[in-house]
Amino acid sequence: MNTPTRVLLMALLCTAAVACSKKVKEEAPPATPTTPTTTQPATGTGMYGPEDLDTDACLRQRTVYFDFDQDALRPEFQAAMACHAKYLRDRPSARITLEGHADERGSRDYNLGLGERRGNAVSSALQANGGSAGQQTVTSYGEERPTCTASSEDCWAQNRRVEITYTAR
Amino acid sequence: MTPIQRRLAITMRAWFAACLALLLPFAAAAQQGGLEIDIVGGNAQALPIAVVPMPYQGSGTPPDTDIARVVRDDLSRSGQFRGLPEQDMIERPTRGGEVNYATWRTLRQDFLVVGRVVDAGGGAYRVEYELFDVAKQERLLGIAMTGRANAMRDVAHQMADAIYEKILGVRGAFWTRIAYVTSTGTGENINYALMVADSDGHNPQVVVRSTEPLMSPDWSPDGRRLAYVSFEHNNNSAIYIQDLGTGARERVASFRGINSSPSFSPDGSRLALTLSRSGSPEIYVMDLGSKALTQLTSQIGIDTEPVWAADGRSVYFTSDRGGRPQVYQVPATGGSATRVTFQGTYNASPTVSFDGNRIAVAQGSGNVYRIALLDRSLGTPRWSTLSPGSLDESPSFAPNASMVLYAGREGTRGVLYAVSADGRVRQRLVLADGNVREPAWGPYRAR
Repeated sequence: MNTPTRVLLMALLCTAAVACSKKVKEEAPPATPTTPTTTQPATGTGMYGPEDLDTDACLRQRTVYFDFDQDALRPEFQAAMACHAKYLRDRPSARITLEGHADERGSRDYNLGLGERRGNAVSSALQANGGSAGQQTVTSYGEERPTCTASSEDCWAQNRRVEITYTAR
Repeated sequence: MTPIQRRLAITMRAWFAACLALLLPFAAAAQQGGLEIDIVGGNAQALPIAVVPMPYQGSGTPPDTDIARVVRDDLSRSGQFRGLPEQDMIERPTRGGEVNYATWRTLRQDFLVVGRVVDAGGGAYRVEYELFDVAKQERLLGIAMTGRANAMRDVAHQMADAIYEKILGVRGAFWTRIAYVTSTGTGENINYALMVADSDGHNPQVVVRSTEPLMSPDWSPDGRRLAYVSFEHNNNSAIYIQDLGTGARERVASFRGINSSPSFSPDGSRLALTLSRSGSPEIYVMDLGSKALTQLTSQIGIDTEPVWAADGRSVYFTSDRGGRPQVYQVPATGGSATRVTFQGTYNASPTVSFDGNRIAVAQGSGNVYRIALLDRSLGTPRWSTLSPGSLDESPSFAPNASMVLYAGREGTRGVLYAVSADGRVRQRLVLADGNVREPAWGPYRAR
């Protein structure tokens, strides 16, 4: 493990610890560290390779969380947008699915629309960072696939999300 | 319901009637317990009716079904009747000749139903019953129905329909079916099922099982087919129409983006639906013969949940074009939409009564979602609240508009409730374990 990577890991751990220590309502769940760097390709060429999807801290961030009834991307996810967009640029054969989800409140069919809006918001952000629209498929599950089933603010915040899935690396 | 629970319900009902004005907002919450039938308000106008147990007088095995109880529960659930508890029946006549009117007048009953079950030959039963007007000492109905043991609940529901119609002049909707979606498990291991059951939740049957979400069942007007949404194709929403008799099904919409909210037109020839293939969810009408699509809306916001007006000439739907979700109406051939709901910040999932006078919606305020009813029959729109919340959704009118079925919560579990359209009587439907949601009340059945 080289020194820059070790420093980066330390920084991540610290960020994660800080993120865990403060309890703020309506905040995204702890699994969303604010990554200090945008891109850190492991290969010497400066280009992402498929293995980076498993090792690169930024690329491993595959879930984007949203505020209640909102589809605006929160600032802390800009770094993730930049690195995933770079990956798509570096690997034109890569394909992703953006799976939009909503919390349980309100109409199920309306939430299907809300999930799609969130998927589109992520897609737009990736495109703004140079990711091609042709590499992305947006789909919405509305509130039908919750990751958390309690009726609480904390749980709702975890369910309002877009999951980035690589269908081709 | 045990006798103790029943007595509790009666005591509380009297108490509520007295304190109605003060306590109505809290009464519903206080009643949420394990009771099968929740009385959520005074029920003074409900007609007292005694449905006397109908014994088996044949020579074989008696049927499992307590026919009188099914009839009594149906009538009570409607909010229009108050069934006399069985233990209060000091006489048990089984035919007209045995009826002592004075007894039932003393018990303050307006109507009386008596009957018996006899053998019909070939293993079938024959249920003979009569309906009496106690005050007039007059027989209103005398009917015999035949069926096998497994059809006795169907027979009982049809009896309740006949009694309801004879007394109220409105067709009963007890002998109908409901569709709904269940889910069990969490995370990656959720199993979904599309179900069909009797209107009281009994006799549940699986229509489709899937590990991908199932949504939005809607009945064809003849009750033979269900349209619904499944995610089994390419991990995206698609609309299917399935024949309940044969199980054969057809995928009618699987465009890019959302394919959701199917709604059969009153004549069954068209399907209103939501597609987001143009970029955002819009309302379309599909001709089911040619599969040709007509786009009804074109807005940047979310337009979804189309449902037909009774005359088939317009479609109600949910739209957030004004900022928050509200109900709008648009001609079925397209054109400009008009807003229908103005009270409340969140109105969605409209269901329309057969006569078009009333629209029930899921009405949200903060974190509380209730079923609300908009009555437009008296000129000025009038709102009433049908459910206590806090996560009530997916209302669906009975075909005679006497009741509304909706999905609510009991703890973290989704359950179904049936509430009388006047909000007086609410019952939790007894269904299997798992989360239950998205009820759709089916049409009248052909006799």
